[in-house]
Amino acid sequence: MAYIQQIEFLVLLVIAITLFSKNIGQIKKNIFLGKDEDLSDNPSARWKNVVLLALGQKKMFRNPFVAVMHLIIYAGFIIINIEVLEIVLDGLLGTHRLFEKPLGSFYTFLINSFEILAFLVIVVCVIFLMRRNVIKLKRFISKDLNGWPRSDANLILITEIILMGLFIKMNAADSAMSNSNETFVISGWLVPMYKNMFNHHQLELIERTCWWIHIFGIFAFLNYLPYSKHLHILLAFPNAYYARLKPMGEMHNMENVQNEVKYMMQPELAPTGDAQPMKFGAKDVMDLSWKNLLDAYSCTECGRCSTACPANQTGKTLSPRKIMMDTRDRLEEVGRNIKKNGSFVDDGKKLINDYITVEELRACTTCNACVQECPISISPLDIIMELRRSLIMEDSNAPQEWNGMFSNIENNFAPWKLRPDDRDAWTA
Amino acid sequence: MHVPTMAEFMAKGEKPEILFWVGCAGSFDQRAQKITKAFVTILEKISIKYAILGKEEMCTGDPARRAGNEFMFQMMAYQNIQILNGYEIKKIVTACPHCFNVFKNEYPVLGGNYEVIHHATFIQQLIDEGKIVMNENGSFKGKKITYHDSCYLGRANNIYEAPRKVLEAMDVALVEMKRCKSNGLCCGAGGAQMFKEEEKGDVRINIERSNEAIATGASVIAAACPFCNTMLTDGVKNKEKEDEVQVLDIAELVAASI
Repeated sequence: MAYIQQIEFLVLLVIAITLFSKNIGQIKKNIFLGKDEDLSDNPSARWKNVVLLALGQKKMFRNPFVAVMHLIIYAGFIIINIEVLEIVLDGLLGTHRLFEKPLGSFYTFLINSFEILAFLVIVVCVIFLMRRNVIKLKRFISKDLNGWPRSDANLILITEIILMGLFIKMNAADSAMSNSNETFVISGWLVPMYKNMFNHHQLELIERTCWWIHIFGIFAFLNYLPYSKHLHILLAFPNAYYARLKPMGEMHNMENVQNEVKYMMQPELAPTGDAQPMKFGAKDVMDLSWKNLLDAYSCTECGRCSTACPANQTGKTLSPRKIMMDTRDRLEEVGRNIKKNGSFVDDGKKLINDYITVEELRACTTCNACVQECPISISPLDIIMELRRSLIMEDSNAPQEWNGMFSNIENNFAPWKLRPDDRDAWTA
Repeated sequence: MHVPTMAEFMAKGEKPEILFWVGCAGSFDQRAQKITKAFVTILEKISIKYAILGKEEMCTGDPARRAGNEFMFQMMAYQNIQILNGYEIKKIVTACPHCFNVFKNEYPVLGGNYEVIHHATFIQQLIDEGKIVMNENGSFKGKKITYHDSCYLGRANNIYEAPRKVLEAMDVALVEMKRCKSNGLCCGAGGAQMFKEEEKGDVRINIERSNEAIATGASVIAAACPFCNTMLTDGVKNKEKEDEVQVLDIAELVAASI
């Protein structure tokens, strides 16, 4: 009889982990639909980024008030996981507070710390919910988030409040049951009330129920992540590692075009044989690099990029956040298509036009404000530029003024229609 | 004004210390030509051996590349690198952040390796080395001046302090806009936007930025990019503030103060 709970727990644990691994496997597959890009150079600089950007949240501190609140949730999440380890072991071994005896008074210290963090997490989650739903900060009421993304954000915050609440209630019921008068720092507030209201049997029921819902909630949360914007809690780390290390001003060089031009200028260098057909820029997610796709999955839709974007701030349709969300949506669609059909079957859609419009792409000033703002080194600009390249080089789709600019550069070596001989006229 | 060219140096069998890359705006745009001339004044003042490419200079390809036309960019890059390498250029100074960015970050992989300095940094070094000294009672002393960060100097290449130090050397009262340095708002010209109409929106980017600059109460908006200069000048005119607020390049400010 005593083993039933343990077996139930084991089954739950196995299901949770299996489902999670399966979903993460699918995400990995989707990310590697992207083109190769070697980002293995300079590991020491990359690890430094992981420490500073992901662990240290350096860029979050561009706004210290929000950074501290975010840090509380983040620290709460990481540190409370130590308690989850105990909960999992208790569940498997059928023990109760396995670490209590061996750790002694340090255990009380730990649980007290967890409780304080849990309490702070609840407070911050409430503030965050208010920022989104009551104060209605501009970046949270933006139309980018209409529908599911907005619910996604609220759902995560509410779940965190519930999970933390369960943890505190579980401890309160436990303390109320025990003979000693010692209580934990936060749940202690509830203990007198619990002692008055419930008998021992009811307290046990409360404790067990909270324990089970709490751990079930954590497993559910884990499996919710792959469907949610909240995946950033995991992907921020690899994304920081693979962040570009070059100056922001440097665009990716297109080696195939470089060579093409070289062979045109020096035909003797051109390889013999039939030239491979070339594709320029990106029309769909498969044409982007795997890092662009990792970026898309890592984005938590916070909107710092769009708040800083000059085009977005002046009412243009371009929103760098939407670029990332569209890329992920399209990638997931392509992933489902491949899963269903074995390989990708043309669905008549593309990232460009069907998700991201030409008008959005045209509005970008390449100012790098979005790249600068992203706390975890996502580059919406990279994707914008790859899509622009395809518009110009594959579709010859340019505004008339740009076509004029191109032909001026070609004929007059300047973007304006002015005589090249007048280039030094200013010296006269 | 006689400005020496690389061809002239070559003919004499000599080499200048630096190549002054004028850029398309600096060469053709009437407003930007004044910046070019101001910078030449500084170069003459310090008696450095410098040269321009003159008629041999061409667009770096920056607007083409950022519009998405990699072919055109590569064509321009190839031709420019041929010329620069042909003259064995080692050091380039330019007053255009876009040209600067392309030379510094994008030509090396194509075979064009040069020491590249933007004029803001160059002037700051001259001040630090005592090669130029500001007038005791310069015309900008104590004046309220705000500085607009060019994206291609700032975020793209992390140059925020050099132009500010130049302004400090003139003893101006520097006032910052709320969106400055790495938070700076673009003037609206980058990414080849200079050469096309803006997309539909609530307000033009240059007007948004100019209004922010005007709101600081500064009598001069200092810039370090010919395109920012154009955009901000238009924005100031749009607000009919051109009599109270000047948009000036840091080279112009310095040339008028030495």
